[in-house]
Amino acid sequence: MAIDDKTKSELREIAARYPEARSGLLPMLHLVQSVEGRVTSEGIELCAEILGITAAEVSGVATFYTMYKRRPVGDYHVGVCTNTLCAVMGGDAIFERLKGHLDVGNDETTEDGKITLEHVECNAACDYAPVVMVNWEFMDNQTPESATQLVDDLRAGKEVQSTRGPKICTWREAERVLAGFPDGRADDGPAAGPASLVGLEIAREQGWTAPEANNA
Amino acid sequence: MPDTLTPVLTDNWGDDRAWTLASYAARGGYSALDKAFAMDPDAIIAAVKDSGLRGRGGAGFPTGMKWGFIPQDNPKPKYLVVNADESEPGTCKDIPLMMASPHTLVEGVIISSYAIRANKAFIYIRGEVLHVIRRVQNAVREAYDAGHLGKNIHGSGYDLDVVVHAGAGAYICGEETALLEGLEGRRGQPRLRPPFPAVAGLYASPTVINNVESIASVPSIIGNGASWFSSMGTEKSKGYGIFSLSGHVKKPGQYEAPLGITLRTLIDLAGGMREGHELKFWTPGGSSTPILTAEHLDVPLDFEGVGAAGSMLGTRALQIFDDTTCVVRAVLRWTEFYKHESCGKCTPCREGTWWLVQTLAALEKGQGSEADLDLLLDQCDNILGRSFCALADGAVSPISSSIQYFRDEYVAHLTHGGCPFDHTASTLFAAEGANA
Ligand SMILES: Cc1cc2nc3c(=O)[nH]c(=O)nc-3n(C[C@H](O)[C@H](O)[C@H](O)COP(=O)(O)O)c2cc1C
Ligand code: SF4
Ligand code: FES
Repeated sequence: MAIDDKTKSELREIAARYPEARSGLLPMLHLVQSVEGRVTSEGIELCAEILGITAAEVSGVATFYTMYKRRPVGDYHVGVCTNTLCAVMGGDAIFERLKGHLDVGNDETTEDGKITLEHVECNAACDYAPVVMVNWEFMDNQTPESATQLVDDLRAGKEVQSTRGPKICTWREAERVLAGFPDGRADDGPAAGPASLVGLEIAREQGWTAPEANNA
Repeated sequence: MPDTLTPVLTDNWGDDRAWTLASYAARGGYSALDKAFAMDPDAIIAAVKDSGLRGRGGAGFPTGMKWGFIPQDNPKPKYLVVNADESEPGTCKDIPLMMASPHTLVEGVIISSYAIRANKAFIYIRGEVLHVIRRVQNAVREAYDAGHLGKNIHGSGYDLDVVVHAGAGAYICGEETALLEGLEGRRGQPRLRPPFPAVAGLYASPTVINNVESIASVPSIIGNGASWFSSMGTEKSKGYGIFSLSGHVKKPGQYEAPLGITLRTLIDLAGGMREGHELKFWTPGGSSTPILTAEHLDVPLDFEGVGAAGSMLGTRALQIFDDTTCVVRAVLRWTEFYKHESCGKCTPCREGTWWLVQTLAALEKGQGSEADLDLLLDQCDNILGRSFCALADGAVSPISSSIQYFRDEYVAHLTHGGCPFDHTASTLFAAEGANA
């Protein structure tokens, strides 16, 4: 698939956000993934051309970061946290269950092209362990059962809502937001999930506060 | 004596639509900004110094002092870069902060940039948190629309532009010089220091890099005064901080308290350990900080207290494991993480983390002999302090500390011919009998 002119101008627009164009490379590669479904050779060459660097330099960057994929990613990237805390709390069991249920290995995509399964590192949501990310949205406090239901719903095209965010969009749509093009969903979902508020709730119950300001 | 919990940064997280400018402004948000603009930039730096604020990203470097290192006579542009890469295993405070109250961060960015005389600031957010990125993008746009960003902010004559930048998956990009490489569109490999970023950072220009929570603390310091901030905390660890409890406690989550609170108090607040189980080991500040045990329940969680106990306060990422958890399994998994995340720039870390995984994986399976424990410690010795950046030092922390406290458990794997623990028992759903 040829990258169209709109995308080309958006790639230039990203580079123009920075005092030095090359700083745009990471978001530019996110945009390439959003239109191509992965980092393609064409995308690499285009970034190189816009930034005035070699394709090898772009490629060297693309291979360094784990979010960039050279193989096509499904509509839904399902990342199971298997870093220690989540693994112990059940992430390992969830990952094993999903591998069997979807009949894929790590970093593989189901035959229908819907789901790419990967184990991911700590996603800064340990207080919601075990955590599963779908297209980098939080699915907190999962069990093997809930995760199985989750992927079944995604494959069946049912609407799935992040536990701390909006309805799940596609992986390509998510990549576009990461490239710096908002999708208007910032106001969806809660301000905070329950675990984020536990300390605050105790403080309110006890009447605990920070001291009064001593110079107004 | 301040209260046990002191919500400041977390105070508005339960508000209706807390992430919006309207909600933030309704409780006085952006009023510290006017106070700041009435001050000389140097006076802001002085106030932050006086407050005693130390970096919340792990190392605890005094924030005001860091800002003071920016050579103001250098004609190059100055930059502020916010480190929102939050990837240290166990650390989960900056992400909920940016999700619930991104404007606290944005207001902090404006005041901090004004203080160091930067006209351009970057917020580098790890790419794997889509909704948080939406919220910060949105807050920045709202701030522009309201005249808090852009040209001649609040009629002060001061201009500031902010760029929200999404990373792409690399723990090492939390290390500040690797982050700069990522922000310059390169592979995220740490830079040689000196020169320090304060002198030659982003685009070889003077640059301040601070953690999200550090920058988000600035509006409260300017708004309420340096002595208000330093009235909380301990002698050398001032102020409040977010303590993140995860794992086998009844109520994991975020607890904002003066530095110096103990794990005993925090576990109490969290409703205690899981029913019928006891604390076995914990990390005070993420996986890179040596593990501690139940002996350390009364250690004051400040920089000095945790240091004296042989670990580090780090990011106050308290990962709590009970007696069902196999420490060897936990440590092996962390070690696999460091091996995966090693950027490959230097040999002791690149090769060393690989060897650590080999040795540990064999031990976990019950293969090898007790001499392998000494081999492991030897390998740690060859990595610690001999690598290019602190990632490698972090990689050996769980290993050496776990051997210190749980040598017998390693040996038990050998005598048992494998892991003696039932991994199902540590899961959250163990009670329901639901497992793979
Ligand atoms: C491997 C490694 C990962 C790091 N990750 C982070 C991170 O995710 N967030 C962060 O703020 N600091 C991180 N740091 C610390 C930064 O290098 C730096 O000290 C910090 O951003 C400075 O901000 P502060 O003074 O406000 O704490 C990391 C350091 C290392 C060595
Ligand atoms: S210590 Fe590891 S992460 Fe740091 S520079 Fe060396 S190889 Fe890279
Ligand atoms: S360990 Fe899974 S989110 Fe932190």
